[in-house]
Amino acid sequence: MILYDYILSPSCYKVRLLASLLEVPLEVRPVDFHPGREHKSAALLALNPAGSIPILVDGDLILTESAAMLAYIAGQHGPGWLAGSNPVDIAQQQQWLAFSHRLTHALGGARLVEMLHFYGDLPALQASGIAALRELEAALFARRLSGGTFLVADAPSIADIACFPYVALAPDGSVSLDIYPSIRIWMRAIRALPGFIEMPGIHRLHELAPDPFEEASL
Amino acid sequence: MMPNTMRDAWYPVGLLSGLSDDGKDSQLLGEPISVFGAKNGRPSVESAGRTLPVVERFGHLWTSLGSPNKDLFTIPEADHPERKLVDVGVVRVKCSPLRAVENFLDVAHFPFVHTDILGAESHPEVSDYKVEIRDDVDEVWATKVEFFQPQAAKSAGGGITTEYMYRVPAPTCAVLYKTCPPRPGEWDVITLFVQPLTEDLCDVWPWMALFDDESSMTDLIHFQQLIFLQDRSILENQLPKRLPLDPAMETPTRADLTSVAYRRWLKRHNYTFGAQLVAE
Repeated sequence: MILYDYILSPSCYKVRLLASLLEVPLEVRPVDFHPGREHKSAALLALNPAGSIPILVDGDLILTESAAMLAYIAGQHGPGWLAGSNPVDIAQQQQWLAFSHRLTHALGGARLVEMLHFYGDLPALQASGIAALRELEAALFARRLSGGTFLVADAPSIADIACFPYVALAPDGSVSLDIYPSIRIWMRAIRALPGFIEMPGIHRLHELAPDPFEEASL
Repeated sequence: MMPNTMRDAWYPVGLLSGLSDDGKDSQLLGEPISVFGAKNGRPSVESAGRTLPVVERFGHLWTSLGSPNKDLFTIPEADHPERKLVDVGVVRVKCSPLRAVENFLDVAHFPFVHTDILGAESHPEVSDYKVEIRDDVDEVWATKVEFFQPQAAKSAGGGITTEYMYRVPAPTCAVLYKTCPPRPGEWDVITLFVQPLTEDLCDVWPWMALFDDESSMTDLIHFQQLIFLQDRSILENQLPKRLPLDPAMETPTRADLTSVAYRRWLKRHNYTFGAQLVAE
């Protein structure tokens, strides 16, 4: 499987993250997105007319939507990361995958304006991003009240991976996460998953200070 | 009020390969500027109807709001024809331009911010090194900086002890010379050129001149963007926002000697745009 990748792209990171969590080897082909704009080059437009990355190529299969890539990798290597046969779970997973596009557009757009000199209406992007974060916070709070940690059912799923990166990088677009406790707990749970990998701006969990009581009992 | 000394320094304002003939509006030291590509045959910069002096060097366009009393610094090592010259591209950071430079001069954060790349949490020690303000060239230099690095460069195969030299030739520019894995005896040149927009906002233009026959240009760009973007999220959370020049504000350790010299040099020259002079 070949991933056309940019190290600073949260959408590319979704694919790298799920592949790492499921221990799936990826052949990474770096794309000079910034400053080179290679994703708009003739060679890459031939592969993906939309001119976006990531692009995932596996034999004859070419995928250009990160949600589809997550579904493909999970379907092959981690069926537990896909909603099962429960219609509510299936629907909620689709709901969050679609919701992740709002995060990409709003928080991702604000990030590109604030960080890499892209053009865009920053206040409007930030406002849409905050509206999406408020919705996510409310949903995760409700999940916590009913004993859940992740977005769908009882386990992490591709819905979490689809939403996590642009939320975690909201501060890059000058949108603070300080006021969303449920989102912060959810992000911590994702960062604690075995096989988690970081990207710039999303840090790994560093070891906590030693437990003083455990130390004393030695 | 901004001291005039900083107006007379040179600043990067764009990649020569990325200039727009129609002009791009930007800022320098809080003043509006417009940066043009080949408008009059050569790149140019205007501010409030004035045409500013320009220099084309290191892949970037440089300008000054005042009257520079010396030429933009040079990096003779970077002229070697076999080096790969890497335009890393701009990254905007919501921090003091002086903070961005100071962070670049620091090695103690490597194990914690660039974990498993430029440092390892198991090897946090910064051994003694030498720092001086060289009066003849009016630059800050740190030499004999040694540090264990799991992946010092794109071209490094595994963990090595890397030697560094740091140089500050202009108030918002720093040059790093480091062990070059494929060419012992030569130095890789990695720079941080900072365009001060306001006192707490800057555009950072990293640039490199490397010996590396293996890595593609995109690989080299991505490696440096990875490193710098790890710094960015830390820089945007540093407090106080402006770099404190009052010694009462912070207690440095031996590992901070380069930073101490940089701050002393800034204060000596009244390079205070982005600095905090009195503890609040």
